[in-house]
Amino acid sequence: MMQLSRWKFVTVTAAIIFGLLFTLPNLIPASLRESMPGFLPKKTLNLGLDLQGGSYLLLEVDTKALRKEKATNLLEDVRKSLRDEQILFSDLVQTPTGVTVRVTDPSLVSKAFNKLSRLNQLTKSGKQELSISRQDDQRISLVFSEAALAEEGSSAVDQSIEIIRRRVDELGTREPAITRQGSNRIVLQAPGESDPEKLKSVIGQTAKLTFQMVDTSVSLQEAQAGRLPPGSEILPSSDNYAPAYVVRRRVDVSGDMLTNAQQVNDPQTGEVEVSFRFNSQGAKRFADVTSKNIGKPFAIVLDGKVISAPNIRSAITGGSGVIQGNYTVESANELAILLRAGALPAPLKVEEQRTVGAELGADAVKAGMTSTIVGFVTILVFMLLTYGFLFGGISVIALVINGLLIIAAMSATQATLTLPGVAGLILTLAVAVDANVLIYERMRDELRAGRPLVTAMDAGFSRAMETIIDANLTTLLAALIMFFFGAGPVRGFAWTLSIGVFTSVFTAVVVTQLLLALWFRYARPKTLPIA
Amino acid sequence: MTFWPLIKVLPVKTNFRFVDFAKYAGALSIVATLASLALVLLPFKGPCGGLTCGIDFRGGTVLEFTTYPKPVDLAVVRAAVSNRGLGDVGVQAFGEGPKAGVMVRFQNPEGKDANAVKSGVRQALQQALGEVRFTNDATVGAKVSGELFTSGILALLVAIALMLVYIWFRFELQFGLGAVVALFHDVILTFGLIAVTKMEFSLTTIAAILTIIGYSMNDTVVVFDRLRENLRKYKKMPLRDVIDLSINETLSRTVITGATAIMALAGLAVFGGEALFGFSVIMMFGITLGTYSSIYVAAPVILLWGVKRGEEEVTPIKFGAASRP
Repeated sequence: MMQLSRWKFVTVTAAIIFGLLFTLPNLIPASLRESMPGFLPKKTLNLGLDLQGGSYLLLEVDTKALRKEKATNLLEDVRKSLRDEQILFSDLVQTPTGVTVRVTDPSLVSKAFNKLSRLNQLTKSGKQELSISRQDDQRISLVFSEAALAEEGSSAVDQSIEIIRRRVDELGTREPAITRQGSNRIVLQAPGESDPEKLKSVIGQTAKLTFQMVDTSVSLQEAQAGRLPPGSEILPSSDNYAPAYVVRRRVDVSGDMLTNAQQVNDPQTGEVEVSFRFNSQGAKRFADVTSKNIGKPFAIVLDGKVISAPNIRSAITGGSGVIQGNYTVESANELAILLRAGALPAPLKVEEQRTVGAELGADAVKAGMTSTIVGFVTILVFMLLTYGFLFGGISVIALVINGLLIIAAMSATQATLTLPGVAGLILTLAVAVDANVLIYERMRDELRAGRPLVTAMDAGFSRAMETIIDANLTTLLAALIMFFFGAGPVRGFAWTLSIGVFTSVFTAVVVTQLLLALWFRYARPKTLPIA
Repeated sequence: MTFWPLIKVLPVKTNFRFVDFAKYAGALSIVATLASLALVLLPFKGPCGGLTCGIDFRGGTVLEFTTYPKPVDLAVVRAAVSNRGLGDVGVQAFGEGPKAGVMVRFQNPEGKDANAVKSGVRQALQQALGEVRFTNDATVGAKVSGELFTSGILALLVAIALMLVYIWFRFELQFGLGAVVALFHDVILTFGLIAVTKMEFSLTTIAAILTIIGYSMNDTVVVFDRLRENLRKYKKMPLRDVIDLSINETLSRTVITGATAIMALAGLAVFGGEALFGFSVIMMFGITLGTYSSIYVAAPVILLWGVKRGEEEVTPIKFGAASRP
């Protein structure tokens, strides 16, 4: 063991070079870092939100709302298909998992069944979306399959991530990290963004924009008294003219046909508005609807609320228009952003939110730095005091290399360093010393047992090794568990701990051994200075 | 006699009769563990019992803000926050000078949108106090807090179970049981400390306790390693003497490593600011416990249970039985 082997030299040298290279970017100012040649690593430690300030949001996609919306659409589809075939029906109702309908004429049930079967579609993975069956009493039930709903929910999450990204980007947030968590959750981390309200207001809205005709066959009072025509609904309004409108359920044109939206000022009145432009399909549909309904009102509906319900004065064929409605520049701008980014497939609920102000983060960094340095120096001094310049010094060198490797590995893997992570770092360094202590103590034991120096040193190493591995494996196990069960900051801590375990074992074993071997070779000692 | 390096001052071979004290230590440990359990569990009210539950596990909102250099009148803050149907509201001032701030915490009223409630509170505070800078703002929903709690407790249990399996695999079942009893001892007592000091029980606390588990195991493994080796070496020596010998032989290492860790953490407690203070105190306490429990819990459990030694029968030794002449 006390021989010098070449591969150990090479490994240690390579590790030190790696450590220096990847630690360096943390020590030099950003401007210098940018001007360094491209092959040098530039990544610095990835500080957690608790250290640099920022917002963390855990969002849940409301898949229930999504299911309900799908069932509502199915209901309208059923109504339309049966009407088109002039099949009379009653009891068209929405169930928790789908829709049921009763066909009035028993002889038409088969025809209706065949017609409705055409509503069944294949999902992306090729599964039947609906299971359609005939029930007693001339009823037909259409039930969504669980697999199809799950698939839909999953793709809604993916879609939501994309839309959130677009919206947050438009806000000018620096490097937001948006990731999926579990089946229906999304984590949004926005470093430096210390105004969570702004974030939440842009992601809290579904921004579903639709253009629907106002139902003028009944008055609002009649509809509210219960004479609501089938296929129409009452929607609350946010304009100044009516508290609510009776609106046809059928969506003529929707927000996904928009290509652009912008906050503008009306040249005449100076009022703040949002202008929009349709894509070609939307423009054509809009032109169709407006030319057929001149003189009638249509409703612009955002998230289930009528924003305005202007009368159609002439066919609008240009494919663009404006939305009016008591906007401030800010709120109009926000709506424009939302419309440009597109609607969320389902509402999002904020389940967890944490924001740390930048000031507090800076304080935490300072405190973390100070305590790390103090902790580090304490350990160094203690080791020198305990084992003297030579053996203490060897463990100090091992420790410095260890610290270097940890910072380098954390920078290279872009692991998040959190405030508890800083504590993990200090504890790792303290426990790293343990390996040195175990080796030294074992050597003393062996020497005391009467073995010659070389044998004692060798035996000290190999015997201590088993203990070191056992001891470190337990720490690694604890860290792994934290990683699997823990959330955000705890994971950062676990990662710091795990990196520390590997670097500690490496430095304690390889580096310490190399240094001791060097000492042994050149000093030719007869006794151990620690015995 | 020189005093440096210290290692030369430390006695080379100690002969403490640890096992002789195991009876008393055991009694003390049992009392302390029961007391801690009572402190932690009573009153039986979910989710945290006698612990001061942070919003991580209870759900709710914490807002921290500062109006520096203008001083904050807490009465004004309380007035602004009350009458909003928030139920249990806490208002607390912290820090001094430029770091002075106020923390407001409340439960989200059931059935109301937590975010809307919080926005309302923020606005009310701004109206009452003028310019307010929010430094920290966290909301945890009821669903997530429940999940965090379950997964936190699960993490602790899985950690302990895995340690049992690991030690069982590496040593013997008796060793594993000893280690696990020691772990429960350390974890429960640490929870007791958290309950007594009214420290906030949060995700960070779980991380600290998991680290203590790692460290405590580390310590126990070192003692066990030596114990196993000595059991092979001294086949005829009574078990309690082998245990004493092994603890004595590893004592200098135990002291040095423990001292290093505690000193480093002391630096953290002093310079790490408020956020790390609780964390480092818990870890210092846990490390001290871990050292104690390796000597006085893990090893005596093995003594109680007995251990297989080569061809010999398993012979548990009674405490207090004179095995030395």
